[in-house]
Amino acid sequence: MKIQQLSLFVENKPGHTAAPARLLANEGIDIRALYLADTEQYGIVRMIVSDWKKAAGILEAYGYVAKATEVLAVEVPDCPGGMADVLGALDGSGINIEYMYAFPYPRGDQAILIFRFNDPDAAIARLQAADINVLAGDQLLKKQ
Amino acid sequence: MNSTLETTVTDCHPASVPDYTPVSELRELQLKRLQAVVTRAWQQVKLFQSRLKARGLEPVDIRSLEDIAKLPFTVKNDLRDTYPTGLFASSMKDVVRLHASSGTTGKPIVVAYTKEDIDVWTSVLVRCLAGCGLHRGDIIQIAYGYGLFTGGLGAHYGAEALGATVIPASGGNADRQIMLMKDFGVTAMCCTPTYFLHLIDRAADLGVDLRELPLRAGIFGAEPWTDSMRRHIESASRIEAFDIYGLTEIIGPGVGCECRQHQGLHIFEDHFYPEIIDPETGEPLPDGTEGELVLTTLSKQAMPMIRYRTRDITMILPGVCECGRTIRRIARIGRRSDDMLIIRGVNVFPSQVESALLAIEGTLPHYQIILTRTQGLDQMEVQVEVTPQMFNDKIGALQGLQGRIQSALDHVLGIRIKVALVEAYSIQRSEGKAKRVIDRRTA
Repeated sequence: MKIQQLSLFVENKPGHTAAPARLLANEGIDIRALYLADTEQYGIVRMIVSDWKKAAGILEAYGYVAKATEVLAVEVPDCPGGMADVLGALDGSGINIEYMYAFPYPRGDQAILIFRFNDPDAAIARLQAADINVLAGDQLLKKQ
Repeated sequence: MNSTLETTVTDCHPASVPDYTPVSELRELQLKRLQAVVTRAWQQVKLFQSRLKARGLEPVDIRSLEDIAKLPFTVKNDLRDTYPTGLFASSMKDVVRLHASSGTTGKPIVVAYTKEDIDVWTSVLVRCLAGCGLHRGDIIQIAYGYGLFTGGLGAHYGAEALGATVIPASGGNADRQIMLMKDFGVTAMCCTPTYFLHLIDRAADLGVDLRELPLRAGIFGAEPWTDSMRRHIESASRIEAFDIYGLTEIIGPGVGCECRQHQGLHIFEDHFYPEIIDPETGEPLPDGTEGELVLTTLSKQAMPMIRYRTRDITMILPGVCECGRTIRRIARIGRRSDDMLIIRGVNVFPSQVESALLAIEGTLPHYQIILTRTQGLDQMEVQVEVTPQMFNDKIGALQGLQGRIQSALDHVLGIRIKVALVEAYSIQRSEGKAKRVIDRRTA
């Protein structure tokens, strides 16, 4: 259920995000989801890639600081209230979202929410109990 | 400014009399005081006595001024290693004042003064200011920081004893400084030269023309500055700019100062005995040769410094000054023999940055210090490479890290700096070693 997301530290300067993206492209790594968290000085590129171990190896070889983090991918109906229902399922559980991002799914009527929880195992149990689909890594990486 | 324009009564200030002591008499006085201070340090300071014993020396072995070369050096680390009171030669009840400057590892360098020491300090400051042509009737604004830093209080006591009107403005708040200068007809400023540059710019913004004010002298110190800075200051504000020299370990400002000839800085050598040595070998060098300045406090009670290595590179100027003073002069100081940085008058060592970073993460990340100058004020940025150990993919965690580094450095250095997190390997390395300091400050 838990998916390895790769996070990368980049300075907030022109070209600093393009360079690692090019490195991954050259090695045939597909970026399935990406989110850039930014501050005035620097940013964190968070991405889910087709082969995280290979990607981490490439980035490290070029001197980047990359870190794998466990996140959950949750499938929701791409309609009003889809995300609210998922968040509602966590109400009162004490589980904290450290960050999240969303993207539409190629299948059309579904969207994907990526979460980093303080307690991913508790979150999985809670979401599944509410009949919410927590995706396995290979499901997310599969292309339609 | 042309120094022959006027001869003021101020050169006859009673405190200035020792400036004109006949050389043979001065040397006799120096030897007598040297023997006394060596004896005092031998009796009161364990470290000094044990160092002398290790060389088979006793105070009676100092029979001439040349014998000073037999004595061991004192270095900045000695002050740190004996913190807080290990080099005090007076009991605490006789110490009337403490001052401090930053040390290399977070512990400050602390110095002590007896009543007599304060009197000596005051008298040399009077001699500095009198030599700059200031006297009773002058209005002197002191924009050095007041506090543990020696600059503010040192200049204050001297200016007051001179008989001038003193405005203890302390550092910062440029608009208020300019208002005071204008409204009270300030005739002389004591501050760092870069701060005065800032005041020049700020005054222009406020529509105040410094050239129209009664201001006629600036006594600038606590950091090295250049002749091109002097020319800029003098033309932009129509004042006469003087270089004053000093260091906390010896007494504070007032170890030496320019007279109106502006041909080097007179050292008040009846109290501070100067030598120039080869910084590599420690061998004494003759007058006129560039080397490291070593100073011995001839009359200090609370904390005698014997052959203190200043790390400042200069030379003793041969010949006699046209002003008639017999005390010798050193050339203006342009560089140092160690890696100490002077930022807004505060001493900073790259090793302080290093130990603070090490303390936070347990490992030392690559870092670089970037120095720039905006509006006449030095700015220091510390760039820190984010290592895998430090990296966390939560923004809040990185901001927390940045904040911890910031407060640790502010605390250790005692000045506000900027911290920037940068990518790994983004700091250039030459032969595997990163260049620690990039100084983009220009005169």
